[in-house]
Amino acid sequence: MKSLEELRALRDKMKSQTDNRSVAAENETVIKVGMATCGIAAGARPVLDALLDEADKRHLHDVKISQTGCIGMCRMEPIVEVFKGGQKYTYVLMTPDKARRVIAEHVVNGNVCTDYLIGGSAN
Amino acid sequence: MRELALNILDIAENSLAAGAKLVRIAVEADFGADAMSISIEDDGKGMSEEMLARVTDPFTTTRTTRKVGMGLPLFKYSAESAGGEFSIASAPGKGTRVRATYRIGHVDRMPLGDFGGVALQLVTMNPHTDFLIEAAADGQRGALDTRELREALGEDIPFDAPEVRSFLKEYIRENLVDIFGGRL
Repeated sequence: MKSLEELRALRDKMKSQTDNRSVAAENETVIKVGMATCGIAAGARPVLDALLDEADKRHLHDVKISQTGCIGMCRMEPIVEVFKGGQKYTYVLMTPDKARRVIAEHVVNGNVCTDYLIGGSAN
Repeated sequence: MRELALNILDIAENSLAAGAKLVRIAVEADFGADAMSISIEDDGKGMSEEMLARVTDPFTTTRTTRKVGMGLPLFKYSAESAGGEFSIASAPGKGTRVRATYRIGHVDRMPLGDFGGVALQLVTMNPHTDFLIEAAADGQRGALDTRELREALGEDIPFDAPEVRSFLKEYIRENLVDIFGGRL
């Protein structure tokens, strides 16, 4: 069973690591997933899970993934907004697979997945 | 919505938008009585009686971009189409409480779905809000209280740090998910 004692041990173990992490905020990528009724109903939760999982697997500490409310185009949900290099990229009609591709190709390698962008050929 | 857990997430998002400091979520099942309930309670800004009377109307919303708000209507519908009832109580400055009941065996009852995933998402993505999430079934109870977790973890390590996240994932499974034994 997981106990609070284990969490205390984790705290002590992680204390030394936190400082290193906060330094890397310079080149941060921010990702937002629409999580209002429209997004949730369209499948935003598995998309968010896939983004978190992929970022975790690749140890991407300079990627900040969060959720937001209704982005305003409910029929294009799930919508993922990527803020990178001073630009905003709006990915629409997302799926967990597409989300993993965005992390790999756009966030990591810097190649925008134009097919999935709003107005792109995949939608 | 295909899962009750998604309804829970959606209603809890309303609590967050209402500036709640503490959100309490409870899922309780009594398999012998074929009954289950879901409640979401917050200490957010609440709403007026006039708003409360209109709030389950899909053409009522606090949003200013358009005139449709489907969250509460869908949650109400999930209960009423599965032999259950829906209630909402609210007072300005005090908070809001939403409760839905279901007949577990009703053919139109939505599955609970990924309740653990929703709990993890709420706890890790909303660092400024406390959550007390409870699960109960046939006399067994489990709970997750972020105030307790925060105390154990200290102030400077976030819940969304990968190591903490995987701890919470397991913690949630043991305390909030296994209790239902996949029967919901």
